[in-house]
Amino acid sequence: MLDDTPKPLVRVRDLKMHFPIHAGLLRRRVGEVKAVDGVSFDVMEGETLGLVGESGCGKSTCGRAVLRLYDITAGEISIDGREIGTMSQTKLRPIRPTMQMVFQDPQASLNPRMTVEAIIREPLDEHTSLSMAEKTAKVAELMDAVGLNRKFAKRYPHAFSGGQRQRIGIARALALNPKFIVCDEPIAALDVSIQAQVVNLLEDLQEQFGLTYLFISHDLSMVRHIATRVAVMYLGKIVELAPREALYRDPLHPYTKALLSAVPEPDPALARTSGRIILQGDVPSPSNPPKGCNFCTRCPAVMDLCKEIEPDYRQVQPGRFVACHLYNETTTTADQTAGTGA
Amino acid sequence: MPNVAQPVLDVQDLKTVFRTRGGEVHAVNNVSFSLKPGELLGVVGESGSGKSVTMMSLLGLLPSPPAEIRHGTVMFDGRDLLKIKPQALRAVRGGQIGFVFQDPMTSLNPVYTVGMQIMEPLRKHMGLSKRAAATRARELLELVGIPDAQRRLDDYPHQFSGGMRQRVMIAIALACDPKVLIADEPTTALDVTIQAQILELMQELREKLGMAVIWITHDLGVIAGIADRVLVMYGGQIVEHAPVADLFRDPQHPYTRALLKTIPSISGERAKRLTVIEGQPPLMLAAPDACPFRARCDVAFARCAVENPPRYDVGHGHDAACFYDARTGAPRHA
Repeated sequence: MLDDTPKPLVRVRDLKMHFPIHAGLLRRRVGEVKAVDGVSFDVMEGETLGLVGESGCGKSTCGRAVLRLYDITAGEISIDGREIGTMSQTKLRPIRPTMQMVFQDPQASLNPRMTVEAIIREPLDEHTSLSMAEKTAKVAELMDAVGLNRKFAKRYPHAFSGGQRQRIGIARALALNPKFIVCDEPIAALDVSIQAQVVNLLEDLQEQFGLTYLFISHDLSMVRHIATRVAVMYLGKIVELAPREALYRDPLHPYTKALLSAVPEPDPALARTSGRIILQGDVPSPSNPPKGCNFCTRCPAVMDLCKEIEPDYRQVQPGRFVACHLYNETTTTADQTAGTGA
Repeated sequence: MPNVAQPVLDVQDLKTVFRTRGGEVHAVNNVSFSLKPGELLGVVGESGSGKSVTMMSLLGLLPSPPAEIRHGTVMFDGRDLLKIKPQALRAVRGGQIGFVFQDPMTSLNPVYTVGMQIMEPLRKHMGLSKRAAATRARELLELVGIPDAQRRLDDYPHQFSGGMRQRVMIAIALACDPKVLIADEPTTALDVTIQAQILELMQELREKLGMAVIWITHDLGVIAGIADRVLVMYGGQIVEHAPVADLFRDPQHPYTRALLKTIPSISGERAKRLTVIEGQPPLMLAAPDACPFRARCDVAFARCAVENPPRYDVGHGHDAACFYDARTGAPRHA
């Protein structure tokens, strides 16, 4: 890089992903699930952007939409300077090697009838013109990189444990030397003692290959460990985005505060004294979000204004973005769209 | 809580094996623990450590074959649950001992209304009339904090959210005023903010109803917040047992120590790199005549491979199954 300022590798603006709801005899369109409803963020080169939120908030849909696994409803996505938001799937094919995905469930995302070697080789078959010998060598190299014994190349996924299967999934994602990897809850299905192994591996690979991650997770303590910056989603929208330390030390949005206080602390002294914010009720349906701010039905600091007008997502401190009326006066810049920052 | 109180549930030397084609799986090995009235006993361990199988063994919920309870006693209310007749056990299960399962999505019957499912134990175990059961069912839904309880009795499970369904499960478990409630990973499938709601509800209910609770989880954070005493399980055995504060302040078993180090926290110092417990959990096909943790242990020595450590008392109701004494930094002599 020529200068020190981080460059955005991925730039997402006002991304919307709505799924139609069909009902009745004629399967008429009766509404839509607004899974992702206008999110904007940047992922800087070499960083890990954590995307956290509860189930159903749209974080996985967001990750998949960024990779254009869906045809998005609206918005712009650019990866490495190329706009892919509206590109056809055929045109996308040659760009796909730069962006890959690691899936949540290593049990379901590996074909049980393919050997490990075939699974890791498949992207090479599809996207490269290497000879068989070259591919086999590359597979062995990838297996080394993720800490799998090359001797097991001819085995089937069922012969591996959960943590090892996730390593296979990671090796497959790395096969085409991607720049950007979306990790969709990569450790959620693993045991505590195995989670740390996989997270350390992801960090090592990031350093080794200069990877950029979008790390989707509901585990706030693990995200604090791995992420450079963190975005918090609620009901299809990003409510807060901030550098890691700032977010965990001083969360701004009432939802982020509640979410952080709900995480059980592995320390009995702390767990029993800290004032926990218990949110009332459940998340509203994304097919029928409330008027005004999406969080107004559960917010402990709700005002009349919140039930009428949706708060803008804006920068309130350098590098800190929040969508909440509580911070209307503290706006420092007029920049309302960018998700960039320190 | 008086320490002298008789335990409501006392499990001694329980051993359960599964017969499989690949050999016998030693799922629960000589597990002993007791539960005092009104206390919350946390059970932590990874998947496959035997925590759920232990609880299912003592309630006779395991299909046999393949499961076989080799030996042990489970004293409850003056009777050994492993020896009484199936009908008698059925009266205890769901009656005096309530059970909440992990996944509220699959443990409710989708074709019956929630009201009918709460009324079932009331009519079977307590012999209530339909009308009395309906009234009690409404009270139970109110107790677990479901708004508009009367109307919701006629709803089906799919009309409830995950957190609400888990509240319904708790209401069913509480229906017959159990002395003991066994909760198997009751919040694992829930989001953190909903988990916080359920944990708070549980604390309230314990104060109100005074029942003893066994809470199975893999989340040490949850345990820190609610448990009085903790059992740590690994490879089908109890490797450490301590009052909750002692367990976190002064863990004695190498597994507990390693586990506490691997979990990142949302506050405090952020580790540059996560501590890892190398290797994989044991398969438990081998007979339990060695320490199950020895292959991943950083203080293991020759004796660990030839003998399974008993639980050594380290004082103040704290014990650990390890030949290595963490306090002196040397092998135990006993």
